[in-house]
Amino acid sequence: MTPYPSPSPSPWSPGDDVVAVQRGPRPGGAGGTYRAFGETLRGLKTTFARLVEGPTTKQYPEEKTAVYPRFRGRHKLHRFEDTGLEKCVGCSLCAAACPADCIRVVAAENTPENRVSAGERYAAVYEINLSRCIFCGYCETACPFDAITMGHDYEMSDYNRSDLIFTKEMLLAEPLERTPLRAAGE
Amino acid sequence: MTAFAEVGYFEPWWVQLLKGLVIFAVVFQLVPVVLLAERKLLGRFQNRYGPNRVGPFGAFQPIADIGKLLFKEQFRPRNSIGWLHAAAPAISMLTAVATMAIIPFSDTVDIFGTKVGLYGVDASIGILFAFAFGGIAFYGLMLGGWASGSKFSFLGSMRAAAQLISYEVSQGLSLVGVVMMAGTLSLTEIVEAQKGLWYVVPQFVGFLIFTVAGFAETNRPPFDLPEADAELVGGYNTEYGGGRFAAYFAAEYLNVVVVSGLAVTLFLGGWQIPFVDPPTWVDPIVVIVKLLAFVFFFIWIRATLPRLRYDQLMSFGWKILLPLATLNALVTAILVVIW
Repeated sequence: MTPYPSPSPSPWSPGDDVVAVQRGPRPGGAGGTYRAFGETLRGLKTTFARLVEGPTTKQYPEEKTAVYPRFRGRHKLHRFEDTGLEKCVGCSLCAAACPADCIRVVAAENTPENRVSAGERYAAVYEINLSRCIFCGYCETACPFDAITMGHDYEMSDYNRSDLIFTKEMLLAEPLERTPLRAAGE
Repeated sequence: MTAFAEVGYFEPWWVQLLKGLVIFAVVFQLVPVVLLAERKLLGRFQNRYGPNRVGPFGAFQPIADIGKLLFKEQFRPRNSIGWLHAAAPAISMLTAVATMAIIPFSDTVDIFGTKVGLYGVDASIGILFAFAFGGIAFYGLMLGGWASGSKFSFLGSMRAAAQLISYEVSQGLSLVGVVMMAGTLSLTEIVEAQKGLWYVVPQFVGFLIFTVAGFAETNRPPFDLPEADAELVGGYNTEYGGGRFAAYFAAEYLNVVVVSGLAVTLFLGGWQIPFVDPPTWVDPIVVIVKLLAFVFFFIWIRATLPRLRYDQLMSFGWKILLPLATLNALVTAILVVIW
């Protein structure tokens, strides 16, 4: 059972498994010329419709692509809003979870005189080498205190590799909101 | 001095010199305009903006491009023929500019008491002048490819020459109908003859053939096989760079302007507007507006159609266009005699 009518009897008749292909007039000749002309007009209509539609280009450096709320951009470290203490307790779970091995944490004890974080210890050194980071978000998942999250910033190019090693101060600083967030339903 | 051809009207020599410069300046200014318009429109045809960074709305893009090309090192292959390699782009440029001379922008007008024809020269052989220079134009491509001393350039120039010769025939024949209806070869008189009805209506087939052949003659898509930058290593201009390449480039766009001008003159009524009789000073503006509209059509076609295969190009030219043009001329001849 083929959906196409079987071809007229010919010296070579194909089997049932051969699907008949419907063809237009052969190229060349009057039919081909007529068809070529018609298709040309159709093509002209198509391109003109694009002209009317207008450009869809985003003028990038001036006009940034909006990201989704769960977009995984540059990391942020967080503080408690009421006390101002760092959420990070220097447990190094993020460094352990990191498949690219780009996080370096050196923990130190909190003392009554120098209390940095809410827990027993704090991260004396917290560095993320963004030239190695693959933005998988495992650090965010591993963190038991939501101290590290992925932000929305994706413009991180720099001239030196060493400039891409972000220190704790840089990650804690209020990040420049350079990328717009997509509106709901967009 | 004997004239090469009869001339409808000519002015004192200093007026001729002046108007030659003015026409050259005005029409040559159209080249960067067309260049920019093409890139911007091609962008719009593909849902993007085109150049918009250099200057306001990208207006300085052509001058930036040409400036870049002119400051490049002038390079030529070791086994090229030096003077021919340099002369070939000049030939291309020269023929394009020379053809411009016969495009009429208006009839003779009175400027400060001097009767001036707003055209380079109103030769009685009119269209033949254009075809004579069209015939020389392919020496520019041919010699350019040959003198480069590169086999790819040589093949490219052969391809270009074959194409130009094939389509020149159809282009010539497509105009026979117009010439028969007007009863003259002079372009100003052809425009005058279109007072009631533009020839695009009675000579519609001729117009189509002229347009298609015009695309082929100016090496524009879908007939841009002489260049075919994507799949055929360029062509006659493979070994060109810098200023000489810029000359080829400018000549191509100048040719686009010239063919548009010819189409406007021969088929679209020149400076005539239906039902209105504007003052004379409007005439050149009308011609330029029509010309730019036709250039827009050139660009539109470029944005739409893919490049033809070489055998398709040849069979289309010889098997379809040429018989059609012959038939068009024949039918027109019969109808002209009957009426």
